[in-house]
Amino acid sequence: MEKVRILIVDDENIVRESLFHWFEEEGYEVDVAEDGETALKKFEKGKYNLMLVDMKMPGMSGLDLLTRIKEIDDEVIFILITAFASVPTAIRALKDGAFDYITKPIDPEELSHIVDKALNQQSLKKENILLKTKIDEIIRPDNLVGESMQMKKIFSLINTVAPTDTTVMIRGESGTGKELIAKAIHINSNRKYFPIITVNCGALSESLLESELFGHEKGAFTGAQYKRKGKFEMANGGTIFLDEIGTVSPKMQIDLLRVLETKQFYRVGGNEMIKSDFRVIAATNENLETQLKNGLFREDLYYRLNVFSIFIPPLRERRDDIELLAQYFLKKFNTNMNKKISDFKRETMDFLVNYNWPGNVRELENAIERAVVVCKEDKVSAEDLPFHVGDVSVLDEGDKSLAALEKRHIIKILQENNWNISKSAEILGIDRVTLYNKLNRFGLKRDNS
Amino acid sequence: MTRIFLAPAGAINNQLLERIAEDIKSKLHADVSVIKLNFDLEAVRSPERNQYFSTRLLAQAIPQTTHYDGKILILMDADLYVPVLTFIYGEAQLRGKHSIVSSFRLHEEFYSGEVNEDLFFERLMKEVYHELGHNFGLIHCREWDCVMHSSAGIEEVDIKGGFYCSSCSAQISKALE
Repeated sequence: MEKVRILIVDDENIVRESLFHWFEEEGYEVDVAEDGETALKKFEKGKYNLMLVDMKMPGMSGLDLLTRIKEIDDEVIFILITAFASVPTAIRALKDGAFDYITKPIDPEELSHIVDKALNQQSLKKENILLKTKIDEIIRPDNLVGESMQMKKIFSLINTVAPTDTTVMIRGESGTGKELIAKAIHINSNRKYFPIITVNCGALSESLLESELFGHEKGAFTGAQYKRKGKFEMANGGTIFLDEIGTVSPKMQIDLLRVLETKQFYRVGGNEMIKSDFRVIAATNENLETQLKNGLFREDLYYRLNVFSIFIPPLRERRDDIELLAQYFLKKFNTNMNKKISDFKRETMDFLVNYNWPGNVRELENAIERAVVVCKEDKVSAEDLPFHVGDVSVLDEGDKSLAALEKRHIIKILQENNWNISKSAEILGIDRVTLYNKLNRFGLKRDNS
Repeated sequence: MTRIFLAPAGAINNQLLERIAEDIKSKLHADVSVIKLNFDLEAVRSPERNQYFSTRLLAQAIPQTTHYDGKILILMDADLYVPVLTFIYGEAQLRGKHSIVSSFRLHEEFYSGEVNEDLFFERLMKEVYHELGHNFGLIHCREWDCVMHSSAGIEEVDIKGGFYCSSCSAQISKALE
């Protein structure tokens, strides 16, 4: 442990000597200065934890020294010694940042008490800062990795909106990490000690979603054998995260709007009005504005949800983060699978950085997980990845020809649709035979390895 | 064998000196003897505080003890001070030869008005071993059971242990070799 350093500043030699011995016997590293100027010089050379300074000295006074020292280091504990104790001077000293003041002659018990208290407080303060730093590290969810300008902007938006109770709409392609952003907002908010409840609106039918969100009473419908709390009720005090909000039916949109406005609802089959205090974060990968135009999404609900919007760019638009994310996932899966893969081969990383990642971060994570499973060497090679990477030029966006563009687009659509030829052909607006012909022409095939 | 010289300043009764010497002999296995030094007590007395300036008493002892090979412990029954502090129980040269202990504030009469000789002797020996410990290079110890624990008030003198903790004992043994 580092020794506590104390500087005694007093124009009287006997005071300096006495206090020097007193603190030396306590085991502190003690230094002395006969005036303010000498003390400043000594302080500039090496920092001290605590300074015991005479208020009245020829030249620079103790209070003046306090002001100068605090400009250099705000952390130092400053205790003034005075033979002329007076309330106004003491108040000024304390206002100027002194820890305390003590009158001469000093009661040893008082001196010991003040110094112990001051050093304990300093140590607690340092510990507090350290803990806060650790908490700050903790409250960014694990997978929320990124150093790109876009991600830094998102982190800044999270910091801005988290402490408010504002409704947030998170937009972004599938796999970009919308749920992680929602969690980051929640755990940085005042609601962090209450739950964040996630509802995937797209995964449930209208009736199931209604029961899931509002809960139901026993016997409300066939199979409702027990009374069940809904997600809105469970989110009381915390946050409800409504994922895939763009898929909600028109009827549910009305119900949702009412709940969001009143924070009150009935369980399915229930008569009792339930009140719940929750914050709403919604997310979608759909173009809500188009849905609005087409009458598929209610305008009032849109404005109710879209108070503060965060857009997560697709991974291909923040390639700076790919290497960082890849290394993060490598470390994660190394730990999970008890493997010791040290790195990626250079060409593997080049591929990862140049690939389009239609499935975004989720796809990258899955790719690295797969690579860690199959990798037999010290470094991940291109063959370990779940892609057909023999023709890396396929991914090279440098080629701006129409043929290259067509090839990239076909690959993108196929990957987005898990190589479902019929569905991809439909999206591409061509028939299946034409798509097969194009695959042959471009030498494309699904990699099943 | 390490030698420790007890030097009374002012009125200290011989029986007490002998008892102190015996205690040190048995616990530190040192050769202990009483010596007579000349102190000009008036020169170090503060009339307004009615206390004696310990650092100057130590200074008076230094030239008189150059030929003594061992530690010089001055014992005094009057109150001691250094100017910046209201009082001190004792003072020692860290890793040095001289130390001083005052029994003035160790008497129970000083606090409660009641006489308690056993408690007084216990407190006195705590301060003797404490100041000798500094002479042997020990600094204050965090262990409350250790006599080297800092004691700024009489309650703390009473709470702390009567001898060195194992860690301080080890250092003392090394210094006594």
